[in-house]
Amino acid sequence: MSKEIITTDAVIVGAGPVGLFAIFQLGLVDIKCHVVDILDRPGGQCAELYPEKPIYDIPGYPEITGQALTDNLLAQAAPFAPVFHHGQMVEGLRRLDDGRFELATNGGLVFHTKVLVIAAGGGSFMPKRPPFRNIESFEQSSVFYAVRRIEDFRERNVVIAGGGDSALDWTLNLEPVASRVTLIHRRDKFRAAPDSVAKMQALAKAGRIDFRMGQIMELHGEDGRLRALSGRGADGAAFELEAERLLPFFGLTMKLGPLAEWGLNLNENLIPVNTENFETSEAGIFSIGDINTYPGKLKLILSGFHEAALMAQAAFRIVHPEEKMVFQYTTSSTKLKQKLGVG
Amino acid sequence: MPKIIFIEANGTRHEVEGITGQTVMEAAIKHDVPGIPGECGGACSCATCHVYVDPDWAGKTGTTSETEDDMLDFAFDVRTNSRLSCQIKITDALDGLVLRVPKEQF
Ligand SMILES: Cc1cc2nc3c(=O)[nH]c(=O)nc-3n(C[C@H](O)[C@H](O)[C@H](O)COP(=O)(O)OP(=O)(O)OC[C@H]3O[C@@H](n4cnc5c(N)ncnc54)[C@H](O)[C@@H]3O)c2cc1C
Ligand code: FES
Repeated sequence: MSKEIITTDAVIVGAGPVGLFAIFQLGLVDIKCHVVDILDRPGGQCAELYPEKPIYDIPGYPEITGQALTDNLLAQAAPFAPVFHHGQMVEGLRRLDDGRFELATNGGLVFHTKVLVIAAGGGSFMPKRPPFRNIESFEQSSVFYAVRRIEDFRERNVVIAGGGDSALDWTLNLEPVASRVTLIHRRDKFRAAPDSVAKMQALAKAGRIDFRMGQIMELHGEDGRLRALSGRGADGAAFELEAERLLPFFGLTMKLGPLAEWGLNLNENLIPVNTENFETSEAGIFSIGDINTYPGKLKLILSGFHEAALMAQAAFRIVHPEEKMVFQYTTSSTKLKQKLGVG
Repeated sequence: MPKIIFIEANGTRHEVEGITGQTVMEAAIKHDVPGIPGECGGACSCATCHVYVDPDWAGKTGTTSETEDDMLDFAFDVRTNSRLSCQIKITDALDGLVLRVPKEQF
């Protein structure tokens, strides 16, 4: 089956604050973008790690939360109609014969683009792997960090660990499918939508699922087939529990991920760039935000914003080689104001 | 300067000088105590600074805030004396504080 190829001027890998501001800067110089992020929503670290925490060093904002900054960046980028592809990890990168790039995601999307902007921050967000002995040997067969195919859980004895929305949502969604669902969490407080918590508690009360307060300490089984779990209850007593499937939901951590294999020069897992236009060792590939490095680099949002502005100037010369770059202010330029829909 | 004592899971002891006003996590990082990566830099959003407070010091290190307790959901082998060391401020009263470093951080 031939895949439909998305052809565009620019692809931004990473919808963190820096990737979002790059949409705006590229938009000002008439470059349309597709933005890809493995997370299910924009904002990168700001939205995933500290949505409610105030940031104090964004120029012009004495105080703004991670989520509010994300919302503002999205509003600022909106006039340029970026196309977002969430829940997709960019895996493959190669240069085409005509000098453009081909990018492929784990969800089967393929892009052909003139310019690639890597704004991958601390790397891709990946689920945290609990430090249970031998957990690797059960992954893909009995231990899963996400539900990709419901069928993997049908008529199985499923244990879900964690106290956030993912743990609660999957407890509710797998209850009708699995032969038994047990939710294990260290306390009776949850960081999840109160409605899901209430539904879970009702199911437990009706005897349709089990809720157990405690922590898993060890997995038991052979040849990648999980048989049982053991752990310690909140009361301190040891327990053992039969289980065929385990879904551990202990949050996300950032790993460099596939971009280590893209043939770019790397320096301690960061991408070296020049400070004139933030281009990498490969012409046409730019890197901005936390993922890049250069003498004097500061991993701050405001530095990433500056990098995005200079990167856009160089990207313009690649995407519109026949046109002349004219320096303009958003305040006074009629053309820029038209682009922003305020002209 | 208050002394803070970290004991690794394998028994190795690290006695470090703490600075009043800084956090216990910062003291661990500054003196390269193994097993406390403190990935988020003390923002209470990673749980990789998890420690066990020695029973003799229980109650002297303050209480666990709601955010800290939420974050402890992401730590491994949480016990009643578990704390996130970035949430313990060093004071003169904590001179000699003994903390155990868990075998594994998430
Ligand atoms: C608790 C905390 C507090 C902070 N406080 C401040 C502060 O006060 N001031 C400040 O300036 N900075 C602060 N920072 C740092 C700031 O959040 C980062 O500098 C900023 O998020 C970097 O933005 P970014 O867009 O470069 O990357 P990120 O925000 O890391 O976003 C990168 C995105 O790229 C995605 N990605 C990576 N690889 C791939 C791939 N292969 N395919 C698909 N998607 C991919 C990731 O999923 C992620 O969403 C703080 C950070 C933390 C954790
Ligand atoms: S350093 Fe991240 S929670 Fe303490």
